[in-house]
Amino acid sequence: MASSNILIEIRDLQYIYPGQATPTLKIPEFSIVRGEQLFLYGPSGTGKTTLLEMLSGVLKPSQGSLKILGCDFVKMSDSERDSFRAEHMGYVFQNFNLIPYLTVQENIELPLHLSAARRARLGSVDTEMVIRALCGNLGIGDLLGKKVGELSVGQQQRVAVARALLGKPDLLLADEPTSALDTDHREKFLKLMFELSDLYGTTVVFVSHDRSMEKLFSRSISLDSINKVG
Amino acid sequence: MVFLKLAIKSLKNRIFATTLTVISIALSVSLLLSVERAKRAAEEGFTQTISKTDLIVGARSGPLQLILYTVFNMGNATHNISYESYEDIKKIPAIEWTIPYSLGDGHRGFRVVGTNQDFFKYYHYRGDRKVEFSQGGEFRDLWDVVLGAEVARKLGYKLGSRVVVAHGVTKGEGIQEHDDKPFVVAGILEPTGTPLDRAVYMSLEGMEALHVDWQEGAAPTADKIIPREQLTKDKLKVHSITAFFVGAKSRIETLKLQREINTYKEEPLLAIIPGVTLSELWQGLSFVEGVLRIISWMVVLVGFMAMLIALTTALNERRREMAILRAVGAKSRQIVGLLVFESTLLTALGIALGVFLSWGLVAVLKPWIESEFGLYLVGPWFTSRELIYLVITLIGGTVIGLIPALRAQSLALKDGLSVKL
Repeated sequence: MASSNILIEIRDLQYIYPGQATPTLKIPEFSIVRGEQLFLYGPSGTGKTTLLEMLSGVLKPSQGSLKILGCDFVKMSDSERDSFRAEHMGYVFQNFNLIPYLTVQENIELPLHLSAARRARLGSVDTEMVIRALCGNLGIGDLLGKKVGELSVGQQQRVAVARALLGKPDLLLADEPTSALDTDHREKFLKLMFELSDLYGTTVVFVSHDRSMEKLFSRSISLDSINKVG
Repeated sequence: MVFLKLAIKSLKNRIFATTLTVISIALSVSLLLSVERAKRAAEEGFTQTISKTDLIVGARSGPLQLILYTVFNMGNATHNISYESYEDIKKIPAIEWTIPYSLGDGHRGFRVVGTNQDFFKYYHYRGDRKVEFSQGGEFRDLWDVVLGAEVARKLGYKLGSRVVVAHGVTKGEGIQEHDDKPFVVAGILEPTGTPLDRAVYMSLEGMEALHVDWQEGAAPTADKIIPREQLTKDKLKVHSITAFFVGAKSRIETLKLQREINTYKEEPLLAIIPGVTLSELWQGLSFVEGVLRIISWMVVLVGFMAMLIALTTALNERRREMAILRAVGAKSRQIVGLLVFESTLLTALGIALGVFLSWGLVAVLKPWIESEFGLYLVGPWFTSRELIYLVITLIGGTVIGLIPALRAQSLALKDGLSVKL
């Protein structure tokens, strides 16, 4: 089946914020293929974050259908989508990704505690070893015992990636995670992220208003071209 | 379990606010417990002001009046009992002992009680405690008096001090002093924490001697005064007493005895069971207890408000944290659970600290409270009522925790993952 290669399938999707008359998002058709690295471009206020939050299952679409791995988010309950996110997705914020009072390692382990399915995806009982290996690859192997406050912004973003990719999730959602980094670090950061997502077979959806990194992705698309609001 | 760890680490991270919150709850709880304990001690002390006495007998009036003027040195009797009736009743076989009480005079605001040696032998308070002497001993001579501990302390009397009794109980200077017949302090009692401390004790004959030359309730004129030197114990005849205490041979006979005295033909008498009347009197005072309890619950409420403020203030800073937890897959009801758990944990810590604080205070202050206020902090460390209070407090803390938790949930749903701070 050709569709088995499709990770995310969107049809007539609409999202209207409560109390608003017009939808923020209106996507007639869009799909994302398994394993691709998608760069989603859009200026601020065009609904990038709304789309990400819908993909992550935090926001429930107002209309249409949004299928991820064949599961229709529109038909799932809030709690089912939360569990789905815990099992299948990683999320990286623009900044402040980490809980300040936990150590680096505790931050990385968080999704494992919230989802047994995610833990099962580790493929090994030795969580410690898996985390060490992953962090070694990201160049943060020596930071595991540290407090979040002792880390630089770049290090924090890499810890966030480690957490997002732990347990080889199907989808990595990233909301401008490089905007706090300088150009040199941005490129290094993305290359490292792609190396690992390739290795794990994780699809990356990356939104940004800054096109400078566009060329590093396997596909780039402007939100305007799929969002038919107005 | 991860939420337990998160809650503890998060509270530790805000250690200053956490500590203040716990302390404010602990103070409220310890106040609540202390009030409860003081109330218990007061009730215990009150109902145990007199013990082992089965009946108190006086001229017919009200039970409260009778117990007030005999046990609490308050108010006056309207009538006396004739000594003959007393002697007559004493002969009832069911009676084991009696203590006569004769009232009416005072010394500088303290009541004078005429009684006999049986008072030292049979008067009990707080279970099986008896009247004891710190100095000297019982009155032997006609002109001897024994002082309650507070009388001696307040007036600075020592053994051998001269005491002039005033007619009628008055504050300060007596209207009519029995200054022709001074008494001498023969003994001083140990403090008891009861009204016993606030009276002067002498023999019935001594009481009689004061008034032997009085006529129609008025002081004698100079020519009619019988000098002190001419009076001896055996020359004096006791005419009346005010009341007497009765110990029955067996408790079972008390009710029968009470009926017998109440229906005594020669004179209208009233016999009361002190325990029953004391509890009734305490019930009458229970509004004080109610007021105290309301105040302590108010303080607990203030403690909760402090917690509510602390949690709500922290909430805004923690919206980011909530978004991170949501992003890694936490359900919104798990976030509510986390916050409620935190407040429950704070309340539980506060309660534990409060309990130890109140125990510690009691242990440290016990001797001082006993000597200063006559409040004896006896009884169990914990009563079921206190346990119920603590459970109510814990539930209250949890419910208060729900307020910021539900707010956090609605914020989390509104914010989604993109908290704009």
